[in-house]
Amino acid sequence: MAETAAAIPKSAPRARAAGPRLGPAAEVVCIVALALIASAILFSLFLLVIGASPITFFQLVWLGGFGTAFSFQNTLQRAAPLILTGLAFAIPARIGLTMIGAEGALVIGGFASAAIAIPLVTSGAPPVLTLAIMASAAMIAGGLWTALAGWLRHARGVNETISSLLLTYIAIAIMFFFVEGALRDPGSANRPSTLPIGRETMIGDIPGTSVHWGLLVGIALAGALWVLMSRTTFGFAARLTGGNPRAALAQGLPVGTLIVACAAIAGACAGLAGFFEVAAVHGQANAALVAGYGFTGILVAFLARQNPLAVVPVAILFGALAAAGGLVQRRMDLPDASVLVLQGIIFVVLLASETLYGRAKIFRPAEEGR
Amino acid sequence: MPKIEFSRRSLLKAGAAGLAAATLPAGLARAQGSVVIGSVYVGPRADFGWNQAHAMAMDIIKGVPGVTVIEEENVPETDAVAQTMESMINLDGANVILGTSFGYFEPFMVDLAARYPDVQFRHAAPLWSADKHPANLGSYFCYLNQAHYVNGVAAGLSSASGKIGFVAAKPIPSVLSNINSVLLGARSVNPNATVQLIFTGDWSMPVREAEAANALVDAGCDVITCHVDGPKVVIETAEARGVKSCGHNASQAALAPNGFITGAEYKWETIYRLYADNFAKGEALPNVVVGGYHNDMVQNTAFGAGATPEAIAAAEAAIEGLKAGKPIYVGPLNDNAGNLVIEGEKDNYDPELDGMNYLLDGVVGSIT
Repeated sequence: MAETAAAIPKSAPRARAAGPRLGPAAEVVCIVALALIASAILFSLFLLVIGASPITFFQLVWLGGFGTAFSFQNTLQRAAPLILTGLAFAIPARIGLTMIGAEGALVIGGFASAAIAIPLVTSGAPPVLTLAIMASAAMIAGGLWTALAGWLRHARGVNETISSLLLTYIAIAIMFFFVEGALRDPGSANRPSTLPIGRETMIGDIPGTSVHWGLLVGIALAGALWVLMSRTTFGFAARLTGGNPRAALAQGLPVGTLIVACAAIAGACAGLAGFFEVAAVHGQANAALVAGYGFTGILVAFLARQNPLAVVPVAILFGALAAAGGLVQRRMDLPDASVLVLQGIIFVVLLASETLYGRAKIFRPAEEGR
Repeated sequence: MPKIEFSRRSLLKAGAAGLAAATLPAGLARAQGSVVIGSVYVGPRADFGWNQAHAMAMDIIKGVPGVTVIEEENVPETDAVAQTMESMINLDGANVILGTSFGYFEPFMVDLAARYPDVQFRHAAPLWSADKHPANLGSYFCYLNQAHYVNGVAAGLSSASGKIGFVAAKPIPSVLSNINSVLLGARSVNPNATVQLIFTGDWSMPVREAEAANALVDAGCDVITCHVDGPKVVIETAEARGVKSCGHNASQAALAPNGFITGAEYKWETIYRLYADNFAKGEALPNVVVGGYHNDMVQNTAFGAGATPEAIAAAEAAIEGLKAGKPIYVGPLNDNAGNLVIEGEKDNYDPELDGMNYLLDGVVGSIT
């Protein structure tokens, strides 16, 4: 990577009329693209070593991820929860928190929405009202869950990475406690679950597709959170706190409130992902909520460099890799871990590419010719 | 049919897909006009257990002319399985989908069967019922408890203490039936035999399985058997502790050269071959296929060094008996809380046995 950067000519500094924000944005796009290309090359070497064809692999990734209307919808289905869990990592990261507890907030949010739906569904409440209450319950439960980790960070100095991870296991245990006990639907003999909310209550798909509404909500939320973090005093204060908490305190900023608020926003996003898993996919809460979306979201946010807008395309990329993973396994007879190897390589190369930032003066003129 | 309405954009995408498909090597082109069986596994294909038993049967089916087999492993019991199956149907042209894990059925395969009426779905557990589920969905299942009964016979005559240790995953009917059948097999040759039982709580818990196997050996059991997805850990632990073992799901003979007696093995290939033949002839697949020793759907692993000559003779006689329909459950039988649970003789395929929720007298352990 470093060689690639050095090889770029230092000449041709062509001034561009673009505003000051395009420069850094273009730098990010360019470095991330380079990192992806480098990852693809490294992964191709890996494939050649194990005797598989990189060309076939990337053809299959295209076919399985984007190649047909079905593939693209499959990709978007998988991307929908990743957008929300990606945001759940990206927002606290802007204020300097490394919160990896989106999985727990997703599970507790999904469980809360399924649990609160039981009396509503049995009493015959209108579906729109039920869904609104479910979504609110999911966001509140998820928000409080991670706000706890934020509060522990601020008030007690507890490392938020550890506490949010441990809270995840507690959330999963709480869900299992109720799903296998007090809130178990007696009809779910083989697979302990809460009472199904029923087809008439479930959110349908976006018309003409098999993708649920969580995708559009995720995209809208990504836009809203980008505005919040980049264009409001709240976002400015949060980023300032992330840059230097002491300076933020010295400026009289309410650092504690900001930290807890960002943590709560993160949990609300993940909780919303849990709500869509329940209301659009499963119709009830059960072990299927623990699908690892919260952890994949960390990778998504990293690749998006914690930018809420960038989370969307990155989540779609990861959705495509997951969608194509099965096809690669079936057609090339590769172990299912091969796509994980690619994801791992992307992650490591991306971390390594951090070193390229700040060399913008060398970098910017070249990238615009690209 | 899938909900796909062709907008201008999706047509463009389809065109791009056509281009992509055209550039693929010929061997990768989507198979058409033949049987494409898509098989989905919850764990790795080489787990010395449940998934391997299915995968090995699929390997045999691959040789049948006109049949293409596509497989995907490590697919969790979440929405991921629905997406995998849809991908097999849409991208690989699969017309038969086999879901081999218990939790794939509801809601995933039930929903998919309704959405893809032209595709046949079959699930490996006795869960399908004609009045509740789509007609293009069905069940297949092998009554492995018959082979576990043979395990029990051989174990009863190979054990010095008469105490057989059993490591089980979850207290669901098919597991309970295997436990009870081991007991009845052992008691048929040694009326004082007991089965000591430990549940691990889930299908694949290697650490707990090792702990349970060790605890059972410590408690005086000198034959260990199990019902977990991958019996590798249990069998290896028993061998390392110097006790004998009986296998489950697939052959574990290679893991225990000194103590292996025999094992209960599925013969899924009998069912898969039937599906492939039916489909190739254009005949409808049966919704429910079940069986045991009488129709070649279960088998016992070849006897290992742990089996005594008397055990081998008695086990072979038991197999002949099962092939002829000799019942395993012959009342009166009490559960281990003292309640009468089976009065008369039960046929080996009696539906009442499918709902088994008790441990027979002689099993040391509890469901809850």
